[in-house]
Amino acid sequence: MEILNQIAEFLEKGEDKSVHDLTEQALKNGVPATQILNQALIAGMDVIGEKFRAHEIFLPDVLLAARAMQAGMELLKPLLTLAEQSGLGKIVIGTVKGDLHDIGKNLVGIMLKGAGFEVIDLGKDVSPEKFVDTAINEKAGIIGMSALLTTTMPVMNNVVELLKQKKLKDQIKVIVGGAPASEEFAAEIGADAYAFDAASAVERVKQL
Amino acid sequence: MRPKVNFLTPELVSKIIAESYLILDSLGVEINNTEILSMLADHGARIDMEKFRAYIPEQLIKTALDSASQSFSLYDVLGQQTNDFSGDNVHFTPGSAALNVLDHKTQEIRKPKTDDYIKYVKIISQLDNIASQSTAFIPADVHEKISDSYRLYLSLLFGEKPVVTGAFTIEAFEVMKDLQLAVRGSERALKEKPLTIFSCCPTSPLKWSDVTSQNLVDCARYSIPVEFISMPLSGFVAPVTLTGSIIQHAAETLSGLVISQLVNPGTPVLWGGSPAVFDVRYETTPMGAIETMMIDCANNEIGTRLGLPTQAYIALSDAKILDAQAGLETGIGATLAALSGINNISGPGMLDFESCQSLEKLVVDNEIAGMCLRMVAGITPRDDFPAIPILEELLRDEHLLISNHTRKHLRSEHYFPGAVIDRANRPRWIEEGSTTLGSRATSEVDRLLMNYTPSTLPESVKNDLQERMTIEAGKYGQSKLPALV
Repeated sequence: MEILNQIAEFLEKGEDKSVHDLTEQALKNGVPATQILNQALIAGMDVIGEKFRAHEIFLPDVLLAARAMQAGMELLKPLLTLAEQSGLGKIVIGTVKGDLHDIGKNLVGIMLKGAGFEVIDLGKDVSPEKFVDTAINEKAGIIGMSALLTTTMPVMNNVVELLKQKKLKDQIKVIVGGAPASEEFAAEIGADAYAFDAASAVERVKQL
Repeated sequence: MRPKVNFLTPELVSKIIAESYLILDSLGVEINNTEILSMLADHGARIDMEKFRAYIPEQLIKTALDSASQSFSLYDVLGQQTNDFSGDNVHFTPGSAALNVLDHKTQEIRKPKTDDYIKYVKIISQLDNIASQSTAFIPADVHEKISDSYRLYLSLLFGEKPVVTGAFTIEAFEVMKDLQLAVRGSERALKEKPLTIFSCCPTSPLKWSDVTSQNLVDCARYSIPVEFISMPLSGFVAPVTLTGSIIQHAAETLSGLVISQLVNPGTPVLWGGSPAVFDVRYETTPMGAIETMMIDCANNEIGTRLGLPTQAYIALSDAKILDAQAGLETGIGATLAALSGINNISGPGMLDFESCQSLEKLVVDNEIAGMCLRMVAGITPRDDFPAIPILEELLRDEHLLISNHTRKHLRSEHYFPGAVIDRANRPRWIEEGSTTLGSRATSEVDRLLMNYTPSTLPESVKNDLQERMTIEAGKYGQSKLPALV
């Protein structure tokens, strides 16, 4: 459908106002909100993701596209089911307890939102209980944790252990990141995924 | 402001120039070409015909300096301007006339063939930070008498960028000029929009061969720009001191300037050179020596004082392969050259004392050039005063990734190198194959070869070039040119 292609194109250009206006127009034309979400907004963000990985566009372009997506989502949200409102899914993120470094985590949040996830950002210095309780209460399927200090890394392990205790390990997936983390560390503590940067975090979360 | 380095005090520049005048007047220069000696005699030089020596008075030099162009431009085969040799502008061009190539698949150092040259042109056509082609190496699969013109022919056929080149014989000039006329259409058009620069090399100390001096004259007749490539070797055929070598370089270069300007006042020239210190341990001429680079930069200061655009063989390496030495010598040279404001910086791609070209090195050097071009653009305030609003925005939004200020200035403030420069974090670098510079450069060469689109020079002109080159080859018994693949 032409209008959906146009929305996707404006989204790729980061033109939030045009995305907003055309989404409004599409709704008026009777295009279902779900179709606009999947075939225009998420489709456009997929193209952005591919271009970013190929170094054809840079982080600011991704973020602008993400902002444009939000402009469209604002109109669609009231018309979507709760499940659909979460887009690709709901994820709780935060920097673990004892750690105040949140630049990387913030970037991951921005990128995830841009890709169509609903992100609940708990900020920094987040306790294992808060991660798990929020995920339960918000019905989030994924917890994403970040740490910069080797001394705070064990907190990630505590979160996994808490999920196991509550027998939620299978329902709630865990992804970890941050300078001291690694693929090996993730496997060691029983996390489901590890990502080395914000763009790869989006990819990994999509696979969970 | 544009950052700048200097190696000579203004007083020393004056002293070096004055000394070079005295040398040309009292010691003179040997020119193995009687017509040029007669021409110099007609204009007031003292001539010793038996010794082929011309003693050039200061006045003749000053007249030549007065008539020489202070700047000129180059234009690609389509007539678009690519190089502006004026002020402190810097442009990069590959090192020229290597005898060997470093095979990009096998890493073997070997004689180049037509296929190698075409690959080179395909690559150089796509390197944004290298403004012109040079006839970078000499294909060994054609008759040696056409090995100079054949390079130019391939460059004009496959590439669009202008060409830094040169003739190996007096006879070759004619066809090299005709190839250019085929592209431009007329002598006038070629004069208005120069397509090539010819390297004309005096022999140190203080000598011009019949061939190189005649090339100089022939270029001047058609207003084809010339770069003088004087090559004093400090401690061998030039004084061991850097200052002494700079004086000798000035004298040799001024003698060339006088010849070109007498033939055709206003002929565009570059005050160039390929000097080197002589390494008395290995009997070699290290282009990567820091003193070589210092001489190059100082020579630029002399040329600039004389009001001429400049050139130097700098930004190259003596390493035999694309290793750390290749990177450090090229990087230091390119940086110094750019900071000095050498207008035409020759060197990218070159290894092994100017004897070996490497496609991988060329793509790496393109990044060095890109970084240098960014560096000389300097640090300039861009909507930075007052700074409070942007910092308020930062405090409010917690990042500036999509602020208008970032979007407006990101791509001009930050240079983004291509795939050969590794900027991934370590896990990503591992995930992408733990590549080395060499392997990334090889991949980039392969990518560019796949990505090449043919020159948009009209087919009729391409056919004309092919016809002229085939006739030229026939003169030397080569009835067929190698296949162009």
